[in-house]
Amino acid sequence: MSSRERILGRVRRALADVPRDDTPYEEAVARDYLREHGQRSVEETVELLAENLADYRAIVHRCTPDALPSLIAGLLADRGARSLLVPAGLDERWPAATEVPRVQDRADSTAHELDRVDSVLTACAVAIAETGTIVLDGGPDQGRRRITLVPDHHICVVRVPDQVVSSVPQALERLDPARPLTWISGPSATSDIELDRVEGVHGPRTLEVVLVDSRASAEVSSSRPEGSR
Amino acid sequence: MSGTFVGMPAFPAAAHEAVRDQTLRGNLRHATHTIRAKREKAVAEVADWAQLREAGRRIKDHTLRHLDRYLEQVEEAVTAAGGTVHWAVDADEANRIVTDLVKATGESEVVKVKSMATQEIGLNEALEAEGIRAYETDLAELIVQLGKDRPSHILVPAIHRNRGEIRDIFAREMREWGRPAPDGLTDTPAELAEAARLHLREKFLRAKVGVSGANFMVAETGTLVVVESEGNGRMCLTLPETLISVVGIEKIVPTWRDLEVFLQTLPRSSTAERMNPYTSTWTGTTDGDGPRTFHLVLLDNGRTDTLADEVGRQALRCIRCSACLNVCPVYERAGGHAYGSVYPGPIGAILSPQLRGTASEIDASLPYASSLCGACYEVCPVAIDIPEVLVHLRERVVEGGPVTRAGNKVVLKPAKGHAAERAAMRAARWAFAHPGALRTGQRLASRTRRFHPRTLPGPGRAWSGSRDLPPVPAEPFRDWWQRTHGGKDGAK
Ligand code: SF4
Repeated sequence: MSSRERILGRVRRALADVPRDDTPYEEAVARDYLREHGQRSVEETVELLAENLADYRAIVHRCTPDALPSLIAGLLADRGARSLLVPAGLDERWPAATEVPRVQDRADSTAHELDRVDSVLTACAVAIAETGTIVLDGGPDQGRRRITLVPDHHICVVRVPDQVVSSVPQALERLDPARPLTWISGPSATSDIELDRVEGVHGPRTLEVVLVDSRASAEVSSSRPEGSR
Repeated sequence: MSGTFVGMPAFPAAAHEAVRDQTLRGNLRHATHTIRAKREKAVAEVADWAQLREAGRRIKDHTLRHLDRYLEQVEEAVTAAGGTVHWAVDADEANRIVTDLVKATGESEVVKVKSMATQEIGLNEALEAEGIRAYETDLAELIVQLGKDRPSHILVPAIHRNRGEIRDIFAREMREWGRPAPDGLTDTPAELAEAARLHLREKFLRAKVGVSGANFMVAETGTLVVVESEGNGRMCLTLPETLISVVGIEKIVPTWRDLEVFLQTLPRSSTAERMNPYTSTWTGTTDGDGPRTFHLVLLDNGRTDTLADEVGRQALRCIRCSACLNVCPVYERAGGHAYGSVYPGPIGAILSPQLRGTASEIDASLPYASSLCGACYEVCPVAIDIPEVLVHLRERVVEGGPVTRAGNKVVLKPAKGHAAERAAMRAARWAFAHPGALRTGQRLASRTRRFHPRTLPGPGRAWSGSRDLPPVPAEPFRDWWQRTHGGKDGAK
């Protein structure tokens, strides 16, 4: 008998007490938990995202689409970046204002090559306000998982408000499980030494999130909305 | 399960040693109290915690009740997505499968993501015996590995080490394993983390084989999920050419949507964060992104035996968040090593004796490693009634009865009266001799009244039937202790 049959046989014998007409999955689980915690306007949701990202030590910027290229150029200049990795499908306008030499995301580039890259610029698939999380799904404007992992500096652009959701349930709905996903909440961190949080162990030590607001009327605000949590 | 930690004495003896170790207790107290307070805040942020907890319980219970179906489904989905599925009845078989897979790649080293399942089966030792070196890449696991130590906590395996000890271990041992620690390394957490970053980076960049576990696997899609903080997980899951994941069969959830429950409850229960820094999900292999070859090893190793116990089965709901360890007064005093297993604390006290059986002295004593205060049940995000299972297992040890071992129904003989009495009394005496353990228990007394035995449960039942239990002092125990011992115990 194969181990597969043996294990499945053991499982079936172990469950001899379970009636055959046991409650089906659809009825077995009450979904009376919340889809979203609290009532927020779109602007409040974006504000909460910014706040929670910052709470986990991501550096948060907000700007209009027109201001994005110069903002990105400025971030790279501030850091003294000498190389910039961009995924093949990234909006060409985003890095248009920077002179920093470009590195392409190639399938055959080695981990050592990536280790020599200073900064990486990507888009994201969705951002979750309640947890301060950005999710990458490997789309053409986000690239392979490793490009946002090995370089030490990651700039991630979130399109506001389209890509912002409130909660984890709303994010899962939008994501495709067939794609490899990376959920990022703040930069890499450890709490293994006396539970003191230290940022930056293996992933990028600096995470900058740029919230690009396409709405003409968008205010740039950093005040914390009342009762948002 | 691959046996207990070598030469481990039964719980009361091991715990007795541990409580005398001042450094260990200081380290533990600091850590568990810090994380406990943070967790309460993180949980209070979500108004629907009770509903999420109930949904988590039901998803897991439903899955367990139909585990055969979901196992077949996950196998089919992983295979369709380009992965290969293996089945391992026990630790030996799992180790053999992984060893053969690594050998087939021609490599002699692997990088590892922290995984309870691979610790449980002793994978590192099995690989070592075949000439394959396994590098632990989680910072805490690295500390344990370099220190030739054993893990003492599910989430923070090096919780028993303070920064000075960690510095010494790094300075002394890193050069044996690769890049040495920088000269003049101090004990600041930032410097220690940097030393680990540099030491491990060279291993990540050259690694061809990664080994992991998984926090969840989704039956409908074949997706695996790893939740972590440091990025070492992402390194191991995406840079190597071959990825081998060893996953307990109880880790299944039926649907993608079910993750919405656990991705909310797990981070808050374990690291007390809204969300852990990194979560990776993958479904088989993806062209041009990540490993080209993916193997999933489905591990039984006592889980089907646990499933056969209608009361004990609920232990398989565990999502290894470690919240129950951090609130347990007995764990806080005794430390994780006393449990003689990779699963310490309250969950270890019910899981290990079920996975391994109660034949050894330590496994027979584990159901007594508790004051039954009920705090573990209160914090558990999947509502495992740990006290209920503890009492149930005590009865099994003492009165015997039908159990399933290695898939066969056997009838356990009752423990001999005398031995049983001794075991119960030793545990009781231990608890009474350690006011910290009792104090926390008493604070929770009103909330947990239903667990309070009038007679000693388990082996103590016959004994207490004819004798009076030591009366609970009118004066709170801690005050009495303060008065009579002048607080010299050091347990504040
Ligand atoms: S038993 Fe519950 S509280 Fe303890 S580790 Fe498992 S899920 Fe967490």
